[in-house]
Amino acid sequence: MPTDSKSGAAGKAGAGEARLRVRKTYKLYLGGAFPRSESGRSYPVSSARGTLLAHAAQASRKDVRDAVVAARKAFGGWSGATAYNRGQVLYRVAELLDGRREQFAAEVQAAEGGTARAAAAQVAAAIDRWVYYAGWADKYAQVAGGTNPVAGPYFNFSLPEPTGVVAIVAPQDSSLLGLVSVLAPALTTGNTTVVLAAQDRPLPAVSLTEVLATSDVPGGVVNLLTGFTAELAPWLASHRDVNAIDLTGVPPAERAALEIAAADNVKRVYVPRSVDWSTDPGLSRLDAFVETKTVWHPIGV
Amino acid sequence: MASRFEYAPAPESRDIARLRPSYQIFVNGRFRDGSGEAVKTINPADETPLAEIVEAGRSDVDDAVRAARRAFGPWSRLPGRERGKYLFRIARAIQERGRELAVLESLDNGKPIRESRDVDVPTAAAHFFYYAGWADKLGYAGFGPDPQPIGVAGQIIPWNFPLLMAAWKIAPALACGNTVVLKPAETTPLTALVLAEIIAEADLPPGVVNILAGGPDIGQAIVEHAGVDKIAFTGSTDVGKIIQRSLAGSGRRLSLELGGKAANIVFDDAPIDQAVEGIVNGIFFNQGQVCCAGSRLLVQESVADELISSLQRRLGTLRVGDPLDKNTDVGAINSAAQLARIRELTDAGVAEGATRWSPPCALPERGYWFAPTVFTGVSQAHRIAREEIFGPVLSVLTFRTPSEAVDKANNTPYGLSAGVWTEKGSRILSMASRLRAGVVWANTFNRFDPSSPFGGYKESGFGREGGRHGLEAYLAH
Repeated sequence: MPTDSKSGAAGKAGAGEARLRVRKTYKLYLGGAFPRSESGRSYPVSSARGTLLAHAAQASRKDVRDAVVAARKAFGGWSGATAYNRGQVLYRVAELLDGRREQFAAEVQAAEGGTARAAAAQVAAAIDRWVYYAGWADKYAQVAGGTNPVAGPYFNFSLPEPTGVVAIVAPQDSSLLGLVSVLAPALTTGNTTVVLAAQDRPLPAVSLTEVLATSDVPGGVVNLLTGFTAELAPWLASHRDVNAIDLTGVPPAERAALEIAAADNVKRVYVPRSVDWSTDPGLSRLDAFVETKTVWHPIGV
Repeated sequence: MASRFEYAPAPESRDIARLRPSYQIFVNGRFRDGSGEAVKTINPADETPLAEIVEAGRSDVDDAVRAARRAFGPWSRLPGRERGKYLFRIARAIQERGRELAVLESLDNGKPIRESRDVDVPTAAAHFFYYAGWADKLGYAGFGPDPQPIGVAGQIIPWNFPLLMAAWKIAPALACGNTVVLKPAETTPLTALVLAEIIAEADLPPGVVNILAGGPDIGQAIVEHAGVDKIAFTGSTDVGKIIQRSLAGSGRRLSLELGGKAANIVFDDAPIDQAVEGIVNGIFFNQGQVCCAGSRLLVQESVADELISSLQRRLGTLRVGDPLDKNTDVGAINSAAQLARIRELTDAGVAEGATRWSPPCALPERGYWFAPTVFTGVSQAHRIAREEIFGPVLSVLTFRTPSEAVDKANNTPYGLSAGVWTEKGSRILSMASRLRAGVVWANTFNRFDPSSPFGGYKESGFGREGGRHGLEAYLAH
């Protein structure tokens, strides 16, 4: 968050009056649009120091359902796009994010505290992570798939396919690098997503959706909800049209209930083993939300 | 036709099975009576008792898990090449005792000897052989440079492929350095207990493999046991959901291979005779008691009449009867309970307005039998088009365009398998990519191979068995 008064700049405005800053309204991101919560609710978001930063939309169960509908609608297009195209789009996210480094560094520092240098480093790492996953888009299938030497006159190959609509409870601590680390791999493999932003640090996530909206990521591929995790996560976990759920941002004590709800439609549940966002992410989050499809055909003339 | 191709009976000898009056559970390298009830396993073809099994009780589950835990350290630290040698031994012993296992399987399960001899037993041996070779190559499997075993795996398998499912579960688990507690199905424990003999003869260290016969309560005890690090389950979607709920919050790992309602899609340019063979194999293999069975036939409208009459003519030549007869195509349904379920669903098919047809065939008077059955005039809302029947019952629907075929095929909570029949290569690849199923057979059906991953999308479960992918369920990475 840039601070409100920039006296030097205001002085140049000429008329001698300090310029009143245009404050930002933080909204949801659903199907490529930026609505308020249909419930009309919002909640105050404070900085790490405890000062009020903004009011964020407090999403409702209906917003959850709308987000899932939007994600399902976008799935065919995103999963059907070529891997090269997905890689290009994800790389463009990194480009645009890089152009707004200062803004994100200020928002991250406001949300998480710490030094400006640490916040800038987190933003740089988040940008690099987009680049990392952008580069995986057209390679992952070659690593995770292949032909199988079956004992018979058949051509048989296996390839990874996206699981479908993935619900992600973003990490609560790392408002940007953590968020990107859970979101980007799900997108790389062709899934569409409904993301619950960190409850107390949602503002970098909302700003990220502005980047996504202008970076050729089709509307509905990422849907971001801000609000209360405990209120919203159960509806995502039990939703019959959600194929998988990532519980990274759910406290361990609250995971069991969501896992039970997830069994209603045999959802894939991802519970992270490691949450050090600064380390090499490896393949585990790419492997988490794919299905392996095996195709057989007889060989003959 | 029938008069020209009358076959004399060609029964396989029961004696080859070396059937014994009683069988014991296998815990910590020893055979012993379980602390549960003594039950008789039944030959579904004639309802006669085959043998007595003193089943496991809850205390046996504790003992088996404890033994597996003790064995885990040394077994997981054993060099991969040594672990692999044990698995190679098991593979070879299954081949050596193949005929015995095939007859025993047909006696206990009711499946035709042609299938147990040519599919179940050789494929079981092949799985051990395949995974044996992975044991010393895990660092090259693509799950990180130093993947580690998970620990004690609890494995629960169904009655439709008793020996083969045991091989699918045990071989990759051991190759990765895990130890196992396996429970075969209540109605088909015998081949798993003979596999325990083979494992004992292979000198596998005590506790590495424990095999407990028992019912659902023993399965539940394994699932809920705090000493089990991973559950691998093959069976119904309903039970899979119960297991998933039961493991919630425990941090224990789970892989599920559940039900299916596969679409077998026939286009107007398909080779009709081959498609008919594929349809027959898809739904009447193992009496249709196959999770990936092609139970929904989707035919392009312009060839529907021709295809159905060819299919009916072909079904007239199917030989239903004694599973031990080498000429038998369709054997007995595995249990009275399963037969009742098939009857309930087929009755519902009639009640909801579909047209039922079976070829004229005389069924044996004793045993659990169900004639091959085809329903036409089926709509997507009918129970026989939505629910897994797990029996020799085919539901026929029609479509006009490829997109309609995709929509209908994917209109199910399941996503295990699908079939596509067309001579057009581009259409095969397009259909294969649009079908939400873990296995797509094009111009073939029901093919399995140890090197080939198998498993489902959506409510057909998660995880894959077979191939390099099958290692992932047993490795921490």
